Amino acid sequence: MSDTWLSDVKGRFAEARIQLIDEDEQRLAPAHLLRVAPAAWTSAVALCKGLSMRWAAFWAVEQATGFDAFTCLEQEGHYLLLVTSLEEPELDSIAHIYPAADRPQRHTHDLLGIGFRGQLDNRRWTRHQAWNEDDYPLRRDWQAPKSPSPTPPDDSYPFLRASGNAVYEVAVGPVHAGIIEPGHFRFQAVGEKIINLEKHLGYVHKGIEKLAQGRTPDQLTRLAARVSGDSTVAHGWAACMGIERALGVEIPPRAALLRAILAERERIANHLGDIGAICNDVGFSFPLYQLGRLRELLLRENDRLFGHRLLMDRVVPGGVAVDLDQAGQQEMLACCRELESEVAHLIEIMERSESLEDRLMTTGRLTPEWAAELGCLGYVGRASGLDFDVRRDAPYAPYQQVKVRVPGYRAGDVAARAKIRAEEITASLELIRQFIQRLEPGELRSPLPEGRGGQGIGIVDGWRGEIISYLALDETGRVSRFFPRDPSWLNWPALEQLIQDNIVPDFPVCNKSVNGSYSGQDL
Amino acid sequence: MLGMFYKILKTGIVTEKPADDSEIGQLAPELKRMVDRQFRGSLAIRMVDAGSCNGCELEIHALNNPYYGIEQYGVHFVASPRHADALLVTGPVSRHMESALIDTYQAMPKPSYVIASGDCACDGGEFGVSYASCGAIENVLPVDLKIPGCPPSPAQLMRGLLLLMGQRNPTTLR
Repeated sequence: MSDTWLSDVKGRFAEARIQLIDEDEQRLAPAHLLRVAPAAWTSAVALCKGLSMRWAAFWAVEQATGFDAFTCLEQEGHYLLLVTSLEEPELDSIAHIYPAADRPQRHTHDLLGIGFRGQLDNRRWTRHQAWNEDDYPLRRDWQAPKSPSPTPPDDSYPFLRASGNAVYEVAVGPVHAGIIEPGHFRFQAVGEKIINLEKHLGYVHKGIEKLAQGRTPDQLTRLAARVSGDSTVAHGWAACMGIERALGVEIPPRAALLRAILAERERIANHLGDIGAICNDVGFSFPLYQLGRLRELLLRENDRLFGHRLLMDRVVPGGVAVDLDQAGQQEMLACCRELESEVAHLIEIMERSESLEDRLMTTGRLTPEWAAELGCLGYVGRASGLDFDVRRDAPYAPYQQVKVRVPGYRAGDVAARAKIRAEEITASLELIRQFIQRLEPGELRSPLPEGRGGQGIGIVDGWRGEIISYLALDETGRVSRFFPRDPSWLNWPALEQLIQDNIVPDFPVCNKSVNGSYSGQDL
Repeated sequence: MLGMFYKILKTGIVTEKPADDSEIGQLAPELKRMVDRQFRGSLAIRMVDAGSCNGCELEIHALNNPYYGIEQYGVHFVASPRHADALLVTGPVSRHMESALIDTYQAMPKPSYVIASGDCACDGGEFGVSYASCGAIENVLPVDLKIPGCPPSPAQLMRGLLLLMGQRNPTTLR
C-alpha cells in the first residue's frame, strides 16, 4: 500500500521533470526519503502542495561540507522527507508555498546561518540579543564567548504596525500576569476588537539542539524529556523512537504497552487541567476546581505507581524504566472507571450551562480552511476539520493492536476545542483499559548496540498532536544532531488567525484553548 | 444548576486539613503560623519562568488546586512584582530572559526574597550554562532559597516556603 503511494509520488515527480537523486529510501523509515537538487527544491515542494500533502517540518544538518536541508510532508499517514544538499548556506524559501514554514526557516537562519532566497519575512526569530547577527551558534566551529556580558532586552524587534483613527496597540509580556511561560504578544485593536496579533517568541530558547550534540542516547533522552515539561512522555518517546530506529532496535512488547499507558495518562492529565482553566478564563470556576481535583488524583497515582507525578524519565532508550504489577493494574483500572464517570458527570453539567456556551461558542474561530493551510495538529486541528492522528493514521507499537477513536469537529471555536479534549479523555481511558488487558509478562528494555551510528526519525502523537524527532548518531554512538518538532510550531500561527475580530478580554481563553508550548517551540 | 450544586455538595471539601495524617496536613498549620508571623498574614509571590520547560509551572499551579489550596494559609500569587514579597523563579535563566528577570526583581519593593524553584533554577539542571543559558538563578540574582526537584512537588514547594520563613533573617538561608 505504502509502496504504491510512493511510486505514485515518484511518477508525479517524473512527470514534472524533477530529477530524484539516488537515495536509500528506507534509511529514515517509515518516512520515505527523496533527494532533489537545490535548484529543484521549490518545484518539488510546490508539487507536494499540489498533491494536497500536509507540511510538517523543516530542519537542516551541517555536514562535513555544506548542509543538508530536510522538509517533512505527510499524506494519509505516509511521510515524505525531501532532502537537498547545499554547498553554500543558501536555499530557496518555501514559505510562499507553505506559510507555516516561515518561522522554522527563520529559526534555521538564526541558528545555522542558512539564507532563504525569496523569503518575504526576513526578520530574525529565535535570535534576540544573546548573540550577534553573524554568529550562528549551531555551527560546529562556533564557540560561545567565555564570559558574555549581560544580555540586553530585545526592544528593537520590528513588529508590524497599524495606524489609523482609534487604532491602539497593547504590548504584553514577556513576563505575563499569571503562572505561565514567557513570550511577547503585540495586539492592535480598535475599541475592544482585535484587528491584528503578532507574537514574538524565543524567550526561553535554551539551545537544546546544541546541548544535544555529543550526548549518549540516555543523556539525550533526559534532555528530550525536558523539551516541553507537559509533554515529557511524548517527547521522550519520540526521541527514543528516533534512537531505536537509528540503531535498529526493537523494543519489547510490554515496554511499548507501558509507554502508551504513560502517554495516555499524560494526555488525560493535561486535558483535565486545561478544560478547567478554559472555563475559569470566562469566569466559571466550578470546573477548574472539580477537574483540578481529578488531575491531582491522577498525578498522585502517577507518583504511587511510577514514582513521578509528571512521569519524567520513565521512557528510556530501548524501553521503559518502570513496570506495572498486578496490584497496580487493578488500582489503575478502578481509578479509570471512577474518573470516567466523574468526567462524564462534570461535562454534562458544563454542557447544560448556557452562560458557558454563550462565552465559548463562536469565540476564537479557526476556519477549516485556515487550519488546513497552516497544517494544525492535535485538538486545534481536530476542532477545525483536520482529524489527523499519528496513533490511528500512521500507527506505531502498540497502537496497531487497537482501534483509536479520534473525535472531530468543524466549528473550530473554543467550545469545539474544549469538547475534543473532553472526548479525548474518554478515548484515552478506553485505550488504557485495552493496553492493560494486553500486558503479558516480558522484558522492559532491549539493550542498545554500542559504538554504532545512524539516523532515525521518531513520530508519535503527543497530547498536543504529532511530534517529529530527527536523530543522527555519529559512529561512536553519540548524538550529532537532534531536532524535536513540537506541534506548537504549527499551532502558534493559528492563534494569530483565530484571534482576529475577537475582543481583547477574550484573548486569555482563546490562548488557553490552543495552549501552545513556549519551551517546545523556542528550543 | 442543580446538578452543579449536587456535585459540589457530594464532593465536599477535599482540602487537606491539619487533622489529616497526610504530609500536607502536617505542613499546612506550620505554614499558616509562619506566614502570620513573618508576613503579617499575607505572603505575596510573583512567579517568573526564566527559561523552564514548563514542568515547574504545572506543579506551582497545583498549589492552587483544592487539595493544597495554598491561599488559605495567606500565600498569594500576584500579577505584579510591585505587590510581591518574594520572587519565585523557575528554569535556568535563558539569556533572552535575563534582562526581563532583572527588571522584574528591581520592580519589587525591598526587602524582597528570591526563591529558585527546581533543579534548573538551583544549579542549571539539564541545561546548565551555554550560549543560550546563564544557568542557575544565582548567576543573575541574589538567591535566598533553593528548592530542588525536577520539578519539585507541591509538598516540596510548601516545605521550601516554610524554610524561607523559618529564620528571622531569611536572606542568610542558602
